[in-house]
Amino acid sequence: MARRAEQRRSGETQGQDAIFRGTSGGDARLKGEGFKDARSVKGTPNAALPAFVLGEELADIADKDPRIVVLTADLANANRTNDFRARHPDRFFNLGIAEKNMMTVAAGMASCGMIAYAATFASFCVILGAEQAKTDCAYTGMMVRLIGHHSGMSMGFYGTSHHALEDLAITRTIADMTVVCATDANHLRAVLRASVDHPGAMYIRLGRGRDPQVYPEVPKDFRIGKAAMLRRGKDLTIIACGSEVRASLDAAELLSKQGIEARVIDMHTIKPLDTAAIRKAARETGAVMTVEEHNITGGLGSAVAEVLVEEERVPFLRHGIPDQFVPVGPPAALYAHYKLDAAGIARKAKSFLAKSARS
Amino acid sequence: MNAIRGKRGHNLSRDHLADRSMFVRLETLRLARICGAGHYSSTFSAAELFAALYYAHLRLDPKDPNWPDRDRFVLSKGHAAIGLYPILADLGYFPASALDNFTRLGSPFGDHPNMKQIPGIDFSSGSLGHGLSVAVGMALAGRVQKRSFRTYCMLGDGELAEGQIWEAAMAASHYKLQGLVAIVDRNQLCIDGHTEAVMGVEPIDQRFAAFGWETQRIDGHDFDAILDALSKLAPAGTGKPQLIVADTVKGRGVKRMELSLQWHVANLAGEDYDDAMAEIRAGLQPLAKTEAPRGKAR
Repeated sequence: MARRAEQRRSGETQGQDAIFRGTSGGDARLKGEGFKDARSVKGTPNAALPAFVLGEELADIADKDPRIVVLTADLANANRTNDFRARHPDRFFNLGIAEKNMMTVAAGMASCGMIAYAATFASFCVILGAEQAKTDCAYTGMMVRLIGHHSGMSMGFYGTSHHALEDLAITRTIADMTVVCATDANHLRAVLRASVDHPGAMYIRLGRGRDPQVYPEVPKDFRIGKAAMLRRGKDLTIIACGSEVRASLDAAELLSKQGIEARVIDMHTIKPLDTAAIRKAARETGAVMTVEEHNITGGLGSAVAEVLVEEERVPFLRHGIPDQFVPVGPPAALYAHYKLDAAGIARKAKSFLAKSARS
Repeated sequence: MNAIRGKRGHNLSRDHLADRSMFVRLETLRLARICGAGHYSSTFSAAELFAALYYAHLRLDPKDPNWPDRDRFVLSKGHAAIGLYPILADLGYFPASALDNFTRLGSPFGDHPNMKQIPGIDFSSGSLGHGLSVAVGMALAGRVQKRSFRTYCMLGDGELAEGQIWEAAMAASHYKLQGLVAIVDRNQLCIDGHTEAVMGVEPIDQRFAAFGWETQRIDGHDFDAILDALSKLAPAGTGKPQLIVADTVKGRGVKRMELSLQWHVANLAGEDYDDAMAEIRAGLQPLAKTEAPRGKAR
């Protein structure tokens, strides 16, 4: 066991973990792009893999808090809730491949005073169980934390059944539901710590566990509902969430070389939205662009657009997945295909600014 | 009359229980008239079950609705809440006058129960197929917390077509939740017809047995049978979750509603209301028929 864990950390194994993270196989060069970026994704230090810290961080929290219970649906290895089971076997429940039941069971446990973290692939979490999230978790005000990991198109060539590009739109329209995207491993720790005493139900969206590092340490000033400005800039604001925060920061560096200084905001909390940060950014930089690994209908971009249209009109661009099912391909190739890698975001930003200047 | 904290199984006369099930039916008519529509027949089939559970069996403390060691009751067939609210008022969870504005704007009392607003409601319901999962969660929490409460869940029969019921049934036996009791109000009809014409659910007891449950099948309008079945649950000892299939008659207590498809949601008015009240006050009469026709679903 110890050896296996060590191998996993060192990235040597090419077995199930690599498969679940969707990084292996496929010579898919969409529009001639993809391989270069794929290497950079594979080169991510394993210390910065959020999925790897999920079970460990929850186990740390549970050491001090007897209310914590963890549930999963036959994915204890993929989401590392195994690490929680190892330390708190009496408070770990694997409900098998029955996600809707898992979500409602979590709500039933919460009604008895537990704080229930229920984790499964984002594609099978609130997309499969939207009604359970609404009726059993949010309407009842239960302290259930629905954790959707491997969100967006990070499952790559596993295809549309395993992609989650609708989950933010779904959860955002459920009253009393808090929606948070974890950005990287350290950020996930901060999100989980803040979630413990947060009232009501939450949806916590995670990447695939290969999300490159944004926060070198656990952000001490993290607060649910308070956006983080990660880079200053006067020419444009890029508002991103989850996996697109790192890419947006890298894009901002590329833009800087071309004389464009972009402010970058990690809008980790989709709901309640930090509208003050959005209005301030619009006033101070005069142009706003959102970047998300989600259908541009209904997600972060739509949420920001609602604020800008009503309160602070500036040139605005939503960047994400267009309203279509994405093709099969390795994740890195897909990010390049949709211009959701650093180079693509920089190009999008530049043309957006040029177009805004003309109009 | 107050249930006694810390005790399960009160020795009440059958007459008293019959009086309380009559009270459930009368109140259902009264409340439905306030809002102009109500789930009469699904509530009437459960009236004896409600009375037996709340007046003679469950371990509760109406003075402390959130008592952590209370037995839990999940009304998975939430549309029968109109019959449960009067019992909760009668037991002292809230004043009976609180029901006078039933379903009106701002009332805590809707057609389906809201746990956040109504003392004594252990979980909100209304969307069928969820309640057994809720009960599994409660039973698991009781195990984690090392509490001795039991969890009871009342299911409709039509509701058994929901797939999540069977996910929960599987989990209950997998986790050996012997303190979990499911009661199926087998009133034969769902909205569009006999369950066996719309979507067959029988043999209910055998299906649950195959999922690892201990099962009993009883007459759900007979207090002796209900109380006997409930008393057999303790001590369970088998490690298996417990199922009681209560054979009932949808609409029981008002002749024209019995095994009729017309009264799932309806409104009794004028003389019809007075006639139905009088009929209920006369007590349960022998049934004209015990089984609904299994013709084609409408």
